[in-house]
Amino acid sequence: MPLLEAIRLAFRTIRGQKLKSFFSLVGVLIGVTFLIAVVSIVQGMNRYMVERFANTLIGANTFELRQRPSINMGNITHETWLEWLRHPRVSYADADFVRDRIRTPATFAKFCADRVSVHYDGKVAKDVELVGTEETYFRIRNYELAAGRAFTAQEVRASQPVLVVGHELAEKLLPGVDPVGKVVQVGGLPYRIIGVVARQGTLFGLSLDKFAIMPFSAQGRRLICPINILDALIVRTDDPTQMQLALAEAEAAMRSRRQLKPSEENDFAFQTAEGALGSWKKISRILFLALPGLVAISLVVGGIVIMNIMLMAVSERTREIGIRKALGARRRDILAQFVVEAATLSAAGAVMGIGFGILLAYAVKALTPLPAAVAPWSVAVGVILGVSVGLAAGVYPASRASRLDPIVALRAE
Amino acid sequence: MSALIRIRDLGREYRMGDERILALRGVTLDIHRNEYLAIMGPSGSGKSTMMNLLGCLDTPTAGEYWLNGEEVSRLTDDALARVRNREIGFVFQTFNLLPRATSLHNVELPLVYAGVRGRERRERAAAALDQVGLGHRMDHRPSELSGGQRQRVAIARALVNQPSILLADEPTGNLDSVTSDEIMRVFTQLHAGGQTVIMVTHEPDIAARTERVVVLRDGQVESDRVNRGAAA
Repeated sequence: MPLLEAIRLAFRTIRGQKLKSFFSLVGVLIGVTFLIAVVSIVQGMNRYMVERFANTLIGANTFELRQRPSINMGNITHETWLEWLRHPRVSYADADFVRDRIRTPATFAKFCADRVSVHYDGKVAKDVELVGTEETYFRIRNYELAAGRAFTAQEVRASQPVLVVGHELAEKLLPGVDPVGKVVQVGGLPYRIIGVVARQGTLFGLSLDKFAIMPFSAQGRRLICPINILDALIVRTDDPTQMQLALAEAEAAMRSRRQLKPSEENDFAFQTAEGALGSWKKISRILFLALPGLVAISLVVGGIVIMNIMLMAVSERTREIGIRKALGARRRDILAQFVVEAATLSAAGAVMGIGFGILLAYAVKALTPLPAAVAPWSVAVGVILGVSVGLAAGVYPASRASRLDPIVALRAE
Repeated sequence: MSALIRIRDLGREYRMGDERILALRGVTLDIHRNEYLAIMGPSGSGKSTMMNLLGCLDTPTAGEYWLNGEEVSRLTDDALARVRNREIGFVFQTFNLLPRATSLHNVELPLVYAGVRGRERRERAAAALDQVGLGHRMDHRPSELSGGQRQRVAIARALVNQPSILLADEPTGNLDSVTSDEIMRVFTQLHAGGQTVIMVTHEPDIAARTERVVVLRDGQVESDRVNRGAAA
């Protein structure tokens, strides 16, 4: 029997018993749904982590010299944490020392930040990220100004009480007003808003626009950092190679400044975008390692279900097999009929699973901050797996059917 | 003229545990083209075994069976399937139609296995249904048809591949007498049109309508006579 004929026959049989067919392909459906959904979500996360998370928080070709890493995912042991806390903090002098010794072309910014409240006209905005930094910070972050201007090197040197605010802060605290030129209160001190940074969007559903940036030398500094102490020195280079060079130079400079022996560990840390992704990469690798196992289990179960259904079908349709044989069906015709039926059943499950998987991925995307991107290869793998599970599950029942004696089969009830 | 069916010393032995049962013991028979023949006999006479062997559903353990010039007694399963497809049209007592398929699809089945495709297959199946007077019931399923109509569908299916023999096993066994009569008239007509018809039955009045009656007893031919009173 030609393949197309067999597939048409299989569809006719499946349509003839929709509910039973649906239940028999549920296993494959779940397996493929799972495959598509997990791959989509992990892939989406991956892209998101690389494009948004790492590059938003750290930036490309950029590293930060810190007391300890600022972005931690996964488990940090208590010992590691204590070890980090024992590190000396980064001082202004550390930052200047390192800056002087990095020969690679780079842009530097001293950096300090904490959460504070900002007041204006009886209103208050809580949990605002107050950043104390230098004028170079805007270039390092690629911030574009939606209104006003950034502060200048002179204003940093002169410790001017000026603020450049994030979009959301401006909208919340000064709705319907042009924020530029207005004076807000930060920790009881008056600060004049001179610029608004263009909208940055969200990360994991958290706003990236609720911040205020001031010269690190301004008076409000005491709200966010002790005197002479920095959270980080940010170093931005032009490309990954230069970043590695600058990183090496910075490490050498810090080790000599801290007078570390070769056997001693660094008592400072560098945070890179790559580093921030490290833990995520570990998680996604584990997910991708576990995925085949999880998918395999549901597919094996699905295959067994289909095999059982097909065995039942063979005994239920013994008479049909007898009739077909009497009318001239050869063994291979019967074999093909049942194998194709199992494969079609399973493939139908796989196609539904792909549909459900994509729906699930988009549901996750719509209902949570987690992104999702359907990977075309996972769809292809889903179809191939579906068909092969069906073929494998169909072979045994089909070969039993094909070997039935037509005389006995015709007598079956 | 050489016989369409040439059977020599045909024997069929079954083993049930340690017991050997000789269902057929040395049957010799010639059947010519366009004969209308009934095989009769009480139950246990070897009638069913004879039918299975004639229909190439089974192979003999002794003797020879030549069908249309080919020795079919030693063929493999798949070769037998091909012979059944090309040479034999079955009509069963219980009709044996596929319950979920339409009349047209049921009649198409032998053509599917003969490798006839698409439009030609549909046209030939429709023509066969027309021939048995069911051209207007092509899209009905067996459950929507009367017993007589079902048997007509089965006859159309048996004819669609233009087989050498039409082999009917108690074709009226499940039908009332009026419908039986109708179906028997279809067979008589087909025979008049040149079709070779072999009917296996235990009903004398059915056998009486054929032209030759072979009676089996204990696996052997008890009598083989021309039926002079046959309604022609």
